[in-house]
Amino acid sequence: MRSQRGSQSLNALLQGAAVVVALCLTTIVLLISKAPPISAYANIVIGAVGTWDEISNVLVSWVPLLLVTAGLILTFTVGLWNIGIEGQIILGAIFATWALRLLQSSGLPPGIIITAGILAGMVGGALWAMLAGALKAFGGVNEIFGGLGLNFVATALNLWLIFGPWKRPGVASMSGTEPFPHELWLPTLTAQSRLSPSAVVIAVIGILVVYFLIRGTYFGLRLKAVGKNASAAYLLGVPTWQYMMVAFALCGIFAGLAGAIQVTSVYNRLIPAISSGYGYMGLMVAMLVNYQAALAAPVALFFAALNVGSIQLPIVLRLDSSLAGVLQGTLVLLVIIGQGVRQRLTKGGPG
Amino acid sequence: MSLDLLLVGLAGVLTAAAPVLFGVIGETISERAGVINLSMNGTILLTAMGGFAIALSTGNVVLGFLGGMIIGGLIALLVAFASITLRQSQVAVGFVLALLCRDLSYFLGNPIMGSTGPRLSILPIPFLRDVPMLGALLFRQDIMTYLSFILIGLAWVFIFRTRPGLMLRGIGEKPSAAYVRGANVNRLRYIYTVVGGAIAGLAGPIYSLSVKAGWKGTISGLDGIGWIVLAITIFGGWNPFRAAFGAYLFSLLQWLGLVLQPALPGVPSQVLQVAPFPLMILTLLLVNIGNAEWVERTLARLPAPARRAVAKILRAMNATPPSAMGTPFEKE
Repeated sequence: MRSQRGSQSLNALLQGAAVVVALCLTTIVLLISKAPPISAYANIVIGAVGTWDEISNVLVSWVPLLLVTAGLILTFTVGLWNIGIEGQIILGAIFATWALRLLQSSGLPPGIIITAGILAGMVGGALWAMLAGALKAFGGVNEIFGGLGLNFVATALNLWLIFGPWKRPGVASMSGTEPFPHELWLPTLTAQSRLSPSAVVIAVIGILVVYFLIRGTYFGLRLKAVGKNASAAYLLGVPTWQYMMVAFALCGIFAGLAGAIQVTSVYNRLIPAISSGYGYMGLMVAMLVNYQAALAAPVALFFAALNVGSIQLPIVLRLDSSLAGVLQGTLVLLVIIGQGVRQRLTKGGPG
Repeated sequence: MSLDLLLVGLAGVLTAAAPVLFGVIGETISERAGVINLSMNGTILLTAMGGFAIALSTGNVVLGFLGGMIIGGLIALLVAFASITLRQSQVAVGFVLALLCRDLSYFLGNPIMGSTGPRLSILPIPFLRDVPMLGALLFRQDIMTYLSFILIGLAWVFIFRTRPGLMLRGIGEKPSAAYVRGANVNRLRYIYTVVGGAIAGLAGPIYSLSVKAGWKGTISGLDGIGWIVLAITIFGGWNPFRAAFGAYLFSLLQWLGLVLQPALPGVPSQVLQVAPFPLMILTLLLVNIGNAEWVERTLARLPAPARRAVAKILRAMNATPPSAMGTPFEKE
């Protein structure tokens, strides 16, 4: 008991230290590029929470990030590295666009069309994720490499659709497909805002579902068993590869949902960079919270705030907005290293 | 298309494959030792930016390449430290570094974006350059492309024909046996990861000082190549010759995409540029499928001649990864 409390406080200490050291390292990076660190950080903070518009932008970017992280926690729990998440977001967006295009002149009520679009996105993400799962289960292709490859295929497919069959009448361009009519936009808070309250609700429900699924269900327990020791779980009668496939499919549903929301509420059309890197960022968030759903929401909010806050850096300080990524990456790296140090310290001593 | 143009195009394919080759051989060495360095995408971008920045400020191309090797080695050292000494997941550390180094290169490279700096010059080899056909193809290249040719053979001889190479394979295949034989497994893994990272660290400067000279930030077109390098490493079955074949195939397909563009007006150029990737997956599948259990079961049911033929094809395509790849070594 004592030692557990000791290790817990050591844990908190190391986490705090990671944040401080990450800030120090990022400051060094800023000093190297001869930028004023204080005003860079101040700009990020102001850029994220300075106005209501910016706060709502942070939430707009929080929704897909949280959804993706929720899905990834499931695949991580079962011991899979679903790096193909980017492609799953893209396929979700493609399927959602497809459904909206098919139904937009059908005369159905807009609410039903939007719902159909979102459901189609979930199916698209799930199918793409299960493709990576099938490659692993039946083809022996490691999910990391299969997933990476499928990301490229998804990108190619997306570009082909935007520049080919779904191109804007007249001229195809990197700005994406023709925007959908207004009534097919997920209702937003105000006319100018891109923040849709229903999207926020969906994201919050999503992370809660994952939290309770892992914490309080037999299914979650078995997922954990497969993740901890697949061969032992198999011997105890857990159908291992089926559980992996289900985890992939569920994660794909979350990713597809994120993609569909990007299409129906943020961009209102399909654009080349529809996934906006949320998949890879979700992997970082999931690693940072050590694959626990409880902390995912606040950490994803922090990451979203950093991203939105750094958008102004190029304009105000002539710095690249990738500073946010530098800070995030350093933080995750330090947490991983901190974990290793803690394990060495607690396991150290005699024996 | 005239023959001369074709030869120039194919010579360009060899040039463009050189950085990919350095990346793939570096990664092969690291994975042979049992360490997956997943940071490749970040390594290539950061070494491209760093190498160019160094060459720009010193006016010396060689220092740019040296800088790339040092940066690549340091990134690999981080992967080795976190995974070998601290026993954290290689994949996790590598992935974070892939993103972190990419963002770092964009951030630090911002001031030098678009600058024109020194670049590698063509170094035709006397006499050989005038050999018909081959001269234009092979011997009017720059020094790094020549080195890339040599690297393939050198790496193969080292891995398969020398004692240290045998040890390298041993620590990736059966580390406990290598340990009993007196190998310091973890120290060797450190060394080979860093050496592999340093070799891969040349890939970036080859881009920024030769193949795509300069640094143009996010539009440099280098984002994604590191992931391809990782795929080609598997396609290459951890064998330098097969890896070289993969690198040249990739480079050839990209060139074909450009050449065929006018012939296929309906297909946007963005699609042709990513066309090699789906092919890569297909080959990954073919490379791996022979390892799956159900394939063996299905094969057993086929009539004997067909079985032999299919098994032969699968065996030719198949590649088995070093069995201790990705797992830490523990003394017992």
